[in-house]
Amino acid sequence: MTRLLDIRNLTLRFTGKRTVHALNNVSLAMEQGETLALLGESGSGKSVTLKALLGLLPPKRTQIEGQMTVNGIDVLSLSGRALQKYRGGEVSMVFQEPALALDPVYTIGHQIAESVMRHKGVSRAEAMSTALDMLDRVRIPSANRRLHNYPHELSGGMRQRVMIALALACRPRLLLADEPTTALDATVQIQILLLLRELQKEFGMGVIFVTHDIGVAVEISERVAVMYAGQIVEEGTTREIIKEARHPYTQGLLAANLHDVARGARLNAIPGAPPSLEVKPDACSFAPRCPLAHADCLKGLPPMVHPAPRRRVACVCAERMAAE
Amino acid sequence: MLSYFLRRLILVLPVAFGVSVICFLLVQIAPGDPLTAIMPVDATAEEQAAMRAAYGLDKPLPVQYAIWIGNLAQGDMGRSIATGRPVAQEVFGAVQNSLLLAVSAAVIAFPLGIFLGFLAGYFRDTTLDKVVTALSITGVSVPNYWLGIVLVIIFSVNLGWLPSMGAGPGGSQDWAWDWLHMRHLVLPAVTLAVVPIGIVARTVRALAGDILTMDFVTALYAKGMSRADVLRHVARNAAATALSVMGLQLGYLLGGSILIETVFNWPGSGFLLSNAIFQRDLPLLQGTILVLALFFVAMNLIVDVAQAAIDPRIKRS
Repeated sequence: MTRLLDIRNLTLRFTGKRTVHALNNVSLAMEQGETLALLGESGSGKSVTLKALLGLLPPKRTQIEGQMTVNGIDVLSLSGRALQKYRGGEVSMVFQEPALALDPVYTIGHQIAESVMRHKGVSRAEAMSTALDMLDRVRIPSANRRLHNYPHELSGGMRQRVMIALALACRPRLLLADEPTTALDATVQIQILLLLRELQKEFGMGVIFVTHDIGVAVEISERVAVMYAGQIVEEGTTREIIKEARHPYTQGLLAANLHDVARGARLNAIPGAPPSLEVKPDACSFAPRCPLAHADCLKGLPPMVHPAPRRRVACVCAERMAAE
Repeated sequence: MLSYFLRRLILVLPVAFGVSVICFLLVQIAPGDPLTAIMPVDATAEEQAAMRAAYGLDKPLPVQYAIWIGNLAQGDMGRSIATGRPVAQEVFGAVQNSLLLAVSAAVIAFPLGIFLGFLAGYFRDTTLDKVVTALSITGVSVPNYWLGIVLVIIFSVNLGWLPSMGAGPGGSQDWAWDWLHMRHLVLPAVTLAVVPIGIVARTVRALAGDILTMDFVTALYAKGMSRADVLRHVARNAAATALSVMGLQLGYLLGGSILIETVFNWPGSGFLLSNAIFQRDLPLLQGTILVLALFFVAMNLIVDVAQAAIDPRIKRS
């Protein structure tokens, strides 16, 4: 079976008034049906990775090097019709803010059906019944009536369900979820997470779940990749990351978690702020904030250590630990 | 939808009443006595009083208004003091001509404005956008009566291609859709179209530009829609606002073409209005202003209903 996703040495620069090195040498692989959480703070390159996967970045201001294949399809070579077929058909996306990602002047049924008609080449009536089926599957009550509602007539949680129905209507092999619960109430967040997990099992598609919330990552995914400053600094199964995080940044993220903190106690925040990405990093990007940093960290890019199969850490210290 | 329409229609009634009061009073406030225009200079006080009584101008204002509105309800707008002809006949003939001119200008201006605006909005911050923006600002800024005169000098005086005045050989009453008549329409319609082209282009550019940066456009591309699909979505999103701007522009075109109608001697409502003002022709003035104002009110109603039909976010319940 072909790999679901294979990103190799993806380097991405935004040019313009100032250059931003958004992704630096990112490699990432996923098997069919896997769920991966892409974890990191704002500006670490999570969303850019997703957008690059769908070819949604402005072509004039974006320089991409490297390779991306989804189900054997070379993403970077796609254009025109082939690209349209790939988007939504092979890979689709759930956006962070469902209120903004749905067209306000079309009914939700129309918006789902439109996509189905485009990809499956079916009639409008057939597409509408697919839309209805999808609304049922995302557990929207009285779906038949909701089909003819406009986005503004639904609550935030309902809208995100619609967004998920829309994304899954053409049975993509890979679902990209860009912080799909961030804009929602805490109680609704859980419902949406559970729904995504169920649908993932039901449809068997792969999911990349972008989040900055490590709790959400644990809830939904089998594997976690941690991003920092446009690089993947650590990857492993969720269990490995939780139990034995090796990268000081991941350890920091785990320590900064709100759970199990006594009232009045100081939160263990990571000091400092992420670097600006105006220059291509030539040393460990995290070193300035790292409690374990030493001279070696600034000498060059940290080595990629592989303590176990499909497990990696980009850190000098991790290398030393492995050697001991 | 029907109930929304009815509710909007009911709301129009008080507006129409207010408009009629203002039309009536405005003319009373204006300086000058209508009788001086038609009475000989040496008329005696008795003769003036008799004339005043004949036109009902001696009665108190509320009574005059009641009589005026009562007659209006029966389709009688009074007689013109200057010509003696029924006001209704004069006004509707003129408004028809103005409507012809306004709609012609709109037919030129709206598609062109929408096209240019869309182009500029889609290719925002490119040379094309800057050219369109410069053109539309120029169009809005140039005084159109001056432009009309310049066009007359070029196309009528120097080139002799198009006539410079009137509505054709048949005069003001006798319009026909042949080149003999339509050539009279070209210069005034083009001149009148310049401002709305600019305004519509600016509006559509801003709308399209804003909508294209919205998340749902990215989401549309993400689900595999083509560029044409996306543009259709953008157009539908922009339609409600663009429509309201165009509706108001059509109102302005009809009521605000006084200068253009004067430059081109076009026998329309603006032309009639300026004559009525100079002759202190009270009934004609009131009638013309009222019809134009009611047209504006009707335009607003149509726009509101059309907007609600296009944009579901406009509340219907």
